[in-house]
Amino acid sequence: MRDLALEPLAGLEVRDIRIGRNGGTLLNVPHLMLDGPGPTLILGPNGAGKSLLLRCLHGLIAPDVGQVLQDGMPLGARQKAQQAMVFQQPVLLRRSVAGNLDFVLRRQGLNRTARRARIETLLQEGGLTAKARQSARSLSGGEAQRLAILRALATGPEILFLDEPTSALDPAATQTIERMVLHASAQGVRIVMVTHDIGQARRLAADVVMMQGGRVVEHGPASEVLDTPRSQAAQLYLAGGLII
Amino acid sequence: MIGTWIRAGAVALGLAAGTAQAEESFIVVQSTTSTQNSGLLDYILPGFEAETGIDVRVVAVGTGQAIKNAMNGDGDVLLVHAKQAEEKFVAEGWGVERFDVMYNDFVLVGPRSDPAKVKGGTDIVAALTAISDTRAPFVSRGDNSGTHKAELRHWKEAGIDVADASGNWYRETGSGMGATLNVASGMDAYALTDRATWLAFGNKGKLNILVEGDPKLFNQYGVILVNPDKHPGVRVAAAQRFIDWLLSEEGQAAIASFKLDGEQLFFPNAQ
Amino acid sequence: MQDFAAEISDAMLLILQGDAELWAIVLLSLRVSLLAVLVSAVIGMPLGAALAVGRFPGRRAVIVLLNALMGLPPVVVGLLVYLMLSRSGPLGVLELLYTPTAMIIAQVVLVSPIIAALTRQVVEMLAEEYSEQLRSLGVSRLASVPVLLWDARLALITALLAGFGRAIAEVGAVIIVGGNINHVTRVMTTTIALETSKGNLALALALGVILIGIAVAVNALVSALSLRAEQEGLTHA
Repeated sequence: MRDLALEPLAGLEVRDIRIGRNGGTLLNVPHLMLDGPGPTLILGPNGAGKSLLLRCLHGLIAPDVGQVLQDGMPLGARQKAQQAMVFQQPVLLRRSVAGNLDFVLRRQGLNRTARRARIETLLQEGGLTAKARQSARSLSGGEAQRLAILRALATGPEILFLDEPTSALDPAATQTIERMVLHASAQGVRIVMVTHDIGQARRLAADVVMMQGGRVVEHGPASEVLDTPRSQAAQLYLAGGLII
Repeated sequence: MIGTWIRAGAVALGLAAGTAQAEESFIVVQSTTSTQNSGLLDYILPGFEAETGIDVRVVAVGTGQAIKNAMNGDGDVLLVHAKQAEEKFVAEGWGVERFDVMYNDFVLVGPRSDPAKVKGGTDIVAALTAISDTRAPFVSRGDNSGTHKAELRHWKEAGIDVADASGNWYRETGSGMGATLNVASGMDAYALTDRATWLAFGNKGKLNILVEGDPKLFNQYGVILVNPDKHPGVRVAAAQRFIDWLLSEEGQAAIASFKLDGEQLFFPNAQ
Repeated sequence: MQDFAAEISDAMLLILQGDAELWAIVLLSLRVSLLAVLVSAVIGMPLGAALAVGRFPGRRAVIVLLNALMGLPPVVVGLLVYLMLSRSGPLGVLELLYTPTAMIIAQVVLVSPIIAALTRQVVEMLAEEYSEQLRSLGVSRLASVPVLLWDARLALITALLAGFGRAIAEVGAVIIVGGNINHVTRVMTTTIALETSKGNLALALALGVILIGIAVAVNALVSALSLRAEQEGLTHA
């Protein structure tokens, strides 16, 4: 999608963001730099603040203090327009499968012919061509999540955030989603994905952000973090994760 | 500016609803339920409308409400039956002049069982006294209409304070003549009604005319042009034509020729 | 009473044979109420959507007021509209009293709050579900309104039909502002009231049957729509 030779990889930088509620700390990240080739997987137990961090990176939630920079610039409308997000529960519009894609393409000002061609390509990529006219709300869980990813990709993002997109899916559907994520990554889309599935992290991640109690306890190449964790929290989680 | 918009919106609505608002092509007559429910107006109006091209739109409510509506200017002609109230209406400047048009009469209707034994009487005051003595159920309009006012005059003459009996044997419906007759029919009660409404009424049940022919039961209708000095919107020309026609030989003859079951209901008496 | 059954069948026959006068009354009823619902939709839907999506001081109070207005007594509305449109009233110059337009206005006053309140409910629920996704796609709060209205379309049609049901069955307001004038403002409900007062219970009842028929048709439509919505997964569940 993008010409990798000409454009430097987008980098996401977190500068001392904090979110508290009722005196407790939900998120406290002094510094985090995501500038590797990706995919980046954010790993950790429930309540670690993974989704919260993702929403801060995407600008859906403003931190109490601190800021997120994209390519050195604070998150503004232009930056957010280069991002897309896929949620744990896909939120599909009450329209046809094709209509969901058409909605975002129309917002980009594409004409009818261009939209139709793009929709056809996307549906093929997601294996949903046969369901184009069907109501999006009648899709199975896996199909719905595939459509949500296609719709996110239709915006032509530089960064794609995914919040546990496979947590409710069976292994076959999970595999399809993972293939789509790797395909997008290979085409130059920076992937930042939340998961609590260590296996998934092993299959997808170039680098892993390990979180615990609202803090980043470790960030490094996947092999290092997953095989030789330095922090006690990461060791515990990985050990527990292995049992599960 | 806002007024212009409201007007434009209203016109658009009017067009959408298909209302024609041509000048003086119609008049609004505030009248009583008796003239409409009896079928009199449906009978005589087509003749006038064909002759003049003026559409007569009748709003049929109780005399009290008709007078009130006319005072608000929501009508061009008042055709009701409560002489005192009509004269007051003219005296206060709301109307131009009052003319006698026609009369019919009131009758006392009641159940066949006739618990107060008033059947065949010709004295309304005596009959009401008997009803009061036996505490037989009586249904009143209770709506300040011409019929209601006439009824109250007779009670007063009989020296009976119906307010004391209200809710007991004396029931006030606060509705039109037809609704009141429906109640009387439903509970086998006595009621005072104009003869025209009674004859045209389709739900008589066990009710019959029991008392009639008392000169006191005479029911005079009057017609009044709403005063354009009070309400400049009054369609004077068309309204005056209607009044003139009602009082003319032709109009009076039309009234006299209206019959229901072979019986004449209204007796023209314009001077 | 044995005549009554015969009278009803006579009256039904009159209606089924297409008595021109009766059908004119039915058509006027439909025209007035459909237009009233149309105008109410234009007023009520954006208002309801604005209340669902917008955040401003006094919003809760407006919602409470709107919900209360859903139960406005028609007679009171009729009286208020009469006082406005009367020649002695502020809008008397428009000469709208005793016209179908006056009846439409009264029904709009009755129906708009219903459509606005139901729209608010439906859109607010949908907005909650869509909120993050739409923001993620860069859809502003204002731009989200048409998206939400469109996606809530089936529930909104149900709201419109509810409004129509209220409008077509209402008598208290239209009899005051319309005056029940023959061939001009006489609709089904006011004819029923008039025929009842004339003691023509059979004719009144026959007209009532038509009214009930319309109500049943409207409800069947609502039911079919919600069934379709369910099958297509368009409901909120």
